[in-house]
Amino acid sequence: MGLRYYLLRRLLLIIPVLIGLSIVTFVISHMIPGDPISLAAGPQATAEQILKLQEEFGVDKPLPMQYLTYMKGVLRGNLGTSMMNRHPVSMDLRRYFPATLELVLVSTVLGVIIGVPMAMAAAVFRDRWPDQVSRIVALSSISMPVFWLGMILQLVLGMTWHLLPISGRFDPRVPFPPNVTGMLLVDSLLAADLESFRIALKYMALPAFCQALFGIALITRLLRADILEVMQRDFVVMARASGLPERVILFKYVLKNALIATVAMLGFLFGWQLSGSVMIETVFDWPGVGLYAVKSAMTLDFQPIMGITLFVGLLFTIVNLLVDISYGVIDPRIRYG
Amino acid sequence: MSVAVEARGWWGRWRAENQGLIEEWRRSLYRFRQSRLSVLGVAIIIFLLFVAFTGRYWVPYPDDAGFTTHVEIRLQGPSRDNLFGTDEYGRDVFTRTVWATQTSLIAGTVIVLVGGFIGIILGGIAGYFGGRVSEVIMRLTDIMLAMPGIFLALAITAALGPSILHAMLALSITWWPGYCRLVQAQVLSVREEDYVEAARGIGASRPRIIFNHILPNCLSAIMVKASMDFGFAVLSLAALGFIGVGAQPPVPEWGAMISKGREFLPYGWWYSTFPGIAMFLTVFGFNILGDGFRDVLDPRARR
Repeated sequence: MGLRYYLLRRLLLIIPVLIGLSIVTFVISHMIPGDPISLAAGPQATAEQILKLQEEFGVDKPLPMQYLTYMKGVLRGNLGTSMMNRHPVSMDLRRYFPATLELVLVSTVLGVIIGVPMAMAAAVFRDRWPDQVSRIVALSSISMPVFWLGMILQLVLGMTWHLLPISGRFDPRVPFPPNVTGMLLVDSLLAADLESFRIALKYMALPAFCQALFGIALITRLLRADILEVMQRDFVVMARASGLPERVILFKYVLKNALIATVAMLGFLFGWQLSGSVMIETVFDWPGVGLYAVKSAMTLDFQPIMGITLFVGLLFTIVNLLVDISYGVIDPRIRYG
Repeated sequence: MSVAVEARGWWGRWRAENQGLIEEWRRSLYRFRQSRLSVLGVAIIIFLLFVAFTGRYWVPYPDDAGFTTHVEIRLQGPSRDNLFGTDEYGRDVFTRTVWATQTSLIAGTVIVLVGGFIGIILGGIAGYFGGRVSEVIMRLTDIMLAMPGIFLALAITAALGPSILHAMLALSITWWPGYCRLVQAQVLSVREEDYVEAARGIGASRPRIIFNHILPNCLSAIMVKASMDFGFAVLSLAALGFIGVGAQPPVPEWGAMISKGREFLPYGWWYSTFPGIAMFLTVFGFNILGDGFRDVLDPRARR
């Protein structure tokens, strides 16, 4: 029962989840009471044009047939075509996803950088002011409507003090760095273009901060509890009794053990931030998957909606798998079974 | 400690019969009050409930909750007449913010209740019966959990047509898997306890075992999750309203108001600011209450 067997089984389990997910999204996108075809055709369309469109998108066939046709396409990497801009959905996803991924990655890093020290301070100074402050910060962060906070930050930092740009990903007056990964921060570094990097960072600041709040709160609360628990274990008492400096105990003994649950949670955090990207991208006009989803939903463009749902679901499942595997790397005591 | 209660009247009799229970409550209350933050949460929620259910009788301009226009005072900043300023139709933002409290509280309750109900029933069945039934239910749960909720809710609301009822429905549908997984795990562990075995031994019926013996012992975990969830439900509904697929005008709703107010920035800052503060206060109140609940109900977390 080694890692290889475990991996194989987990990978196989993705298949039923994916099939289920596709059925769920298919059913949802086909219970649309409005008629997306006539919406796409426009008000002046003749009956003939509508019929032609119906044929083009295959909506004149019975539902199970439509589903099979759709899934045949999905297996070949074809997620259908948007009715609005006539782009293949997979092409649009390829274009929008790097922006979302960049946002999610930066805010996760931000969450760890801020959350871990806050959790440590809270645990070490338990029930004293650092603990209370971190508790209030964490509780306020999860209670904050991020779209509102984003708007207030735009108002104060962007419109009033002109410190940061309020929307978009990059300065439209400056040429983009050559596209390699689609993530502007990475691309500008690859091109050794520090000026572009600085611009991209400025545009990233507000959305990433808003996106990171939830992660900060989650990591602070969870890690604090775990550190406190580990601190009471025998090996820590032993280390302390042996006269090891508190700093060594905290970093080498306690933190290493306490971080396991936090790493496990990163998968959940990733999924949460994908959800959150819908709001953040709407507020900051960030051209990512979330904004794409909102635009498609507003125009009842069901092929992109299904494509996005499937894609995000698959992504989330894979990330969770990666997290489960990473357990074993951090904690050799864990056996895959 | 002896409590000699004279068994007089139904109240006295009830107290005599339930001494243990009362004592337990008293201790819980004590633990709860130890945390000043939770008490603050209770205060906030009582205040909100008061505002939500009496608001319509004392707001200065009750007509402004619907479609009214006072063009002469449109987009005015906060003043003595309009505490929170006015919107693009000259309606009082204070009135509308207060009015929206009820909308949000009711919606949050419905989402958590419906989602929780579906989740508890399915999770209870999966946990108690096991086998193939459990397999089907839990795989369905996995599929739903594999899907970041707001994408699904967005798709459902878009498909059904934007309205606050549809947004509530969509959120309820995406809300249950968390409860299902929680209850299933709880039931699995409680199912093997001795007292359940004993109840089975004396021939108690299955519904009786599930509803009288198993579920009450899962209740504290459910309560903690529900109270923490309430704030998220309010937030999610406002998020859908903000995107534009939730509450439609003229219904006063915080998310929709914030979204509308954005169009008038930076000049009309008050339009979005105050509904946002009201919403933060609501969610914050429920979150610190949930935090306090967890300390009382979940002994593991009590350190």
